[in-house]
Amino acid sequence: MQYLDFEKEVKSLDDKINSAGNKGGASVSEAQSLIKKRDSMLSDIYSKLEPWDIVEVSRHPNRPHTVDYIAGMVSDFVELRGDRMFSDDQAIVGGIGYINERPIMIIGEEKGNDTETRLRHNFGSPKPEGYRKAMRLTKLADKFNLPIVYLIDTAGAFPGKESEERNISASIAESIQACLDVSVPTISIVIGEGGSGGAIAIGVANKVMMLKNSIYSVISPEGCAAILWKSADSKKTAAEALRLTSGDLKKFGVIDEIIEEPLGGAHRDRPATIRNVKAAIDKAFKEMSKLSPEAVKAARWTKFENMTRKI
Amino acid sequence: MNWISDILRPRIKTLFSKIKEVPENLWTPCPKCSTLLYKKNIDEHMNVCSKCDFHMALDRQERFATLFDDKKFTEIEIPDVPADPLDFKDLKKYEARLKDARDETKEKDSASVAFGKIDGSDAVVFILDFAFMGGSMAAYVGEAMISAAKTAIKKKAPLIAITTSGGARMQEGIISLMQMARTTLAVNMVRDAKLPYIMILANPTFGGVSASFAMLGDVEIAEKGAIIGFAGRRVIEQAIKHKLPPEFQTAEYLMQQGDVDLVVHRHGLKSTLSNIIKILMGSK
Ligand SMILES: [Zn+2]
Repeated sequence: MQYLDFEKEVKSLDDKINSAGNKGGASVSEAQSLIKKRDSMLSDIYSKLEPWDIVEVSRHPNRPHTVDYIAGMVSDFVELRGDRMFSDDQAIVGGIGYINERPIMIIGEEKGNDTETRLRHNFGSPKPEGYRKAMRLTKLADKFNLPIVYLIDTAGAFPGKESEERNISASIAESIQACLDVSVPTISIVIGEGGSGGAIAIGVANKVMMLKNSIYSVISPEGCAAILWKSADSKKTAAEALRLTSGDLKKFGVIDEIIEEPLGGAHRDRPATIRNVKAAIDKAFKEMSKLSPEAVKAARWTKFENMTRKI
Repeated sequence: MNWISDILRPRIKTLFSKIKEVPENLWTPCPKCSTLLYKKNIDEHMNVCSKCDFHMALDRQERFATLFDDKKFTEIEIPDVPADPLDFKDLKKYEARLKDARDETKEKDSASVAFGKIDGSDAVVFILDFAFMGGSMAAYVGEAMISAAKTAIKKKAPLIAITTSGGARMQEGIISLMQMARTTLAVNMVRDAKLPYIMILANPTFGGVSASFAMLGDVEIAEKGAIIGFAGRRVIEQAIKHKLPPEFQTAEYLMQQGDVDLVVHRHGLKSTLSNIIKILMGSK
């Protein structure tokens, strides 16, 4: 596992715990006391994270990604591919299956976790065909009355020549439009990085949630620092100024719920993180199951019409 | 969101202030062909160069005046939105930037909405004006677009939106991003009422504005010479590490790509709009 700068002391304790555990015998009790020490250190560190630290946690390579959530919480998953116009953009992965016996559609941005998969998933930056696939699956879910889970994890839509050539702007706009229009309950969860237009393209849902140490922002702190502070060194200041943490967004009324992460962040206990997300999804779908299709759509429209009016 | 290349912004800014500050009797050079133009001549030509046809910036009051019959229109009041929701400060306080922009433009924010008649037909016009903080998307803009949609629905009139914008307003952070959803919602309201929504993409239109309401028109018109896209030219060139062709992201290029229906000269905008409105509203 990769350790972040502010986790260096945790690493040395983890190493000691591992070697003590391996020795067995008397060192087992030593390991137990070290574990206690490490856990209290983790809880201390993670209770005092600065916004920039949270940016780093949100991008941690060992954080569970869309494909991990699908593998960990969706049964009988069938991947559905392609936009029927140009290609299959693997920066967005989607398909149908069950979450706790409930048939659902799941659509999420995927960054990949090693060189090969990062290239295949274009580092999680979708092109127009990715958003058009998301839109196609959104409409498909609506037709078959499948509630939809969107997972957001992107630095942003891909800013390349081919994106412009295939009208990335329209693809994002139309995806937002489709997300507003469906009559099935929808949940959008920021699981890592919620990067600007690339995120909100699949972020207009009945319930919008964030994992505690994820971020959601109109621009990356680096980009904001370069433009407004004229210096990349100001990324920490920009991270603070942008108010991009789950706590801030909850205060603004932009998100409905914060999903807790295990001690030391999602990357330290991936199965527990996936369980928390699954439970939050199940609870939200249960709540919304009483609403008529018209009421589900109306609630979403009213929520976004009123959003940002009072803060 | 590196919506706009910094190259574009200063050029348009200087251009704008020049035109506004020049006294009536002075000559001013066209930013493109450098021909010295008489201020009165620029005004009469809707800020289009009479020599090379370059479309200069046109502020929102002038735009309303060029579109509505007898230059008569009524601006609608936009409900208040939270001021400085993030308490944002970069090298300067957001509050101070807002105040400067308000003093300079005598407008409340980057968007305005008015209704009136275009060749005798009722119409609601929404304008996003680059002169105010780069026409950036803020809570006020979302509110203005929703107000525009509701006014159009109430009056059973088409909604016309004209954009000049670099995209998001970073000083409003996530609040700015949410306006992509809210402006799209406004478009959906007009669509459900089966009223025409006509988009005029003017120079420049980028980022979160392109990627929401600006690309959802029933009819998409690009003003001649406008530069329109998602990411700015410089951002893309940095990413792909080579130069883009000069016509990339121009109105004419977008039409060739199939992204807009037509490219219209500013002088023909009103008659084009009026024709489209009459046909689309013909059977109503
Ligand atoms: Zn000229």
